[in-house]
Amino acid sequence: MRYLTDRKRAERKGASGTGTEHHWYMSVSAVALAFLIPTFLYVFGHALGQGRAEVVATFGHPFGAILTGLVLFVSMQHFAKGAQMMIEDYTQGSWRRGLVMLVYSLAYVITATGLYALVKMAM
Amino acid sequence: MADPKPIERPLSPFMLGQYYRFQMTSVSSLLTRITGNALVVSFILGVWWLLGAALGGGAFDAANAVATSWFGDLVFTLSLLGIWYHYLAGLRHLYFDAGHGLDIETAEMLGWVCIIGSVVLTVLTLIVIQF
Repeated sequence: MRYLTDRKRAERKGASGTGTEHHWYMSVSAVALAFLIPTFLYVFGHALGQGRAEVVATFGHPFGAILTGLVLFVSMQHFAKGAQMMIEDYTQGSWRRGLVMLVYSLAYVITATGLYALVKMAM
Repeated sequence: MADPKPIERPLSPFMLGQYYRFQMTSVSSLLTRITGNALVVSFILGVWWLLGAALGGGAFDAANAVATSWFGDLVFTLSLLGIWYHYLAGLRHLYFDAGHGLDIETAEMLGWVCIIGSVVLTVLTLIVIQF
């Protein structure tokens, strides 16, 4: 028998244990990306197809480097949490935990690799 | 509710196609998820290309050859369409969250705005990046 009352279990932060934190993060990062993405699409699309010297000049420049770094970090966090939502909808148990870990790892690897490339080009 | 037993419950997409007719509101919502998650492919390709540019030499040649091949063009063009769709659908989500546009007529209209708008913005972007 459980001694917690129904009211006590439903109170505060709900089934997730984190309340609306996840949803709120998605909203905040969505607004940030709404500002970042249009400019980034231009910078990336314009650089794609050019020679290495032009590419390094674009992403080594403070504007290109900071913009791309921001896009990488914010979008990969947004992706990890978004993919987590999908995984939690369609899977259960060990699959759910494993896939969430995998998706967060992938997001971190992409972020770290991209940031390393940016630092190297900016040097 | 005090002592819930574990019950085998069906997982989310079991309704689709079988019992649930596709409609603009559900399809436009589903597309948001599909486009958002699919975008990771172009991020992998893009970051590989950036790493190649940073390292130079053969690393750039290999990544650049793939990124600018027909396959790279296909991935990046579809991703452009995907990212603009996800962008517009995301704005629509924020609008919904604020409590607006939730009547069926407006919600269906906004679905069409996302689909048509993403195509228009994709074409526009493909033109603008040439300059």
